[in-house]
Amino acid sequence: MNELLITLIVELEDRPGQLLKVLEPISKMGGNIVGIVHQRGRKTPLNRLPVEISFKIDGRKVERLIETLRLSGTIIRSFNEVRLTATTSVLLIGHLIHTDISDTINSIDIDGEAECVEMHVSMPEVSGPSTAIVTISASGNDKLKEAIGKLREICRRKNIMLIEPINEDPV
Amino acid sequence: MIRIAIVGFGTVGQGFAELLMKKRNVIEKCIGEYRVVAIADSKSSISGNFSIEEAIRMKRQNGRLRDDTGPEEIVSETEYNLLVETTHTKLDGGDGLRYIKAALHRGCDVITSNKGPLVADFEGLMRLARRNGARLMYEATVGGAMPVIKMVRKYLAFCDIVSVKGILNGTCNYILSRMEEEGLSYEQILTEAQELGIAEADPSFDVEGVDAAAKLVIIANTIGVRAKFEDVERVGIDKITPEAFKVAREQGYTIRLIAEVSKKELRVSPRLVPVSHPLAIKGTMNAAMFKTDTAGNIFLAGRGAGKEETASAMLSDLYELYAGN
Repeated sequence: MNELLITLIVELEDRPGQLLKVLEPISKMGGNIVGIVHQRGRKTPLNRLPVEISFKIDGRKVERLIETLRLSGTIIRSFNEVRLTATTSVLLIGHLIHTDISDTINSIDIDGEAECVEMHVSMPEVSGPSTAIVTISASGNDKLKEAIGKLREICRRKNIMLIEPINEDPV
Repeated sequence: MIRIAIVGFGTVGQGFAELLMKKRNVIEKCIGEYRVVAIADSKSSISGNFSIEEAIRMKRQNGRLRDDTGPEEIVSETEYNLLVETTHTKLDGGDGLRYIKAALHRGCDVITSNKGPLVADFEGLMRLARRNGARLMYEATVGGAMPVIKMVRKYLAFCDIVSVKGILNGTCNYILSRMEEEGLSYEQILTEAQELGIAEADPSFDVEGVDAAAKLVIIANTIGVRAKFEDVERVGIDKITPEAFKVAREQGYTIRLIAEVSKKELRVSPRLVPVSHPLAIKGTMNAAMFKTDTAGNIFLAGRGAGKEETASAMLSDLYELYAGN
């Protein structure tokens, strides 16, 4: 299956049930929601709320999905797709929460060509170091390397231990 | 007749001497007759008429050898063809570097198990050997019993070695694989390893990746990547949490301290290794994966330390130097 990672930014009216209108069609077409970001502080002049939705979906269904959303009256500000041909995981150890984990993860983003698609955090004690495994998908191996390079930089700055994969096909 | 002088008579030196006795028949079939003409430790020595057995007994009983002549004099004045250098590793080269240089200057071959001199001055030593028509062998400095150096220099001689990734420190591998199995903290497993004699009282040389980095420098220079110790990007294992293994496992990974050299990379750091990957080995084992242009991937695994294992690597150097004599 040609799976794509879609980042969709829609403008929603600030009343109940609006988000569901967008999520339902995605879910019906087999899309897998990766993340939803409300940007409450950035309301449009018409009092609409920008919402960023990331999901993985079969590439053949994208066109129909966008069409369906438009027909249902959803305002689509932008969407971009990333062909996810390269995926890997990295592990982070350190004071991840205190050092703003979302800022750390966002450093991976390269023009929508590489993104964090999954994350699992383990925090045994509030004051102690936490551990996270982050799955990164990118449009190709080069982009994946670039993303890891950026993450490496930011982890060094924040004193987070970054454990990278060895990237070798098993013999 | 090959006349051998041994300098450094601790575990490795004695292990080598013992194998010279134990395997005399098979060794002499390959390389002809040999004799150990002198042995020196840091303060004492024995030369002239003596047997290996006698020297080992003396050292174990008295903590020293018969004569007061020191290693400097033995190395520079005894008549020998081959110097076997097994003194302690100092990253600045230490005494070992001087002994090796002295022997090469005299045109004598050298087999060393000591990383220090090669890390300090790989190029200089190789040049000195060439200039004097001598050969410097160092299989035992990397990966214990695994033939890493010969793999590169001999069996992959005409390959372009794209990268070498290895587990070059058995202590770290033991600690990491035990943390994984037991779900215990780094400190708890380190204590266990110290009680078992796998880790030193001061474990920093191992757990901070210093030992692995030193070995990596030697491999790098052997495959033609000029590198110094300071060039190695180095991260140790002491900050790894037991949770790290749990979350890694959910994605099919384990964590190992990997030394990696390629044209772009020179680093020792904990890495995620797929559990099905050959480098996901357990215990004190060492392993190395060579990625080449024409031979694909080649994988070696074996014991990275131990008296006989190290001595066996030195015997392979002996074979390489003199077989067919």
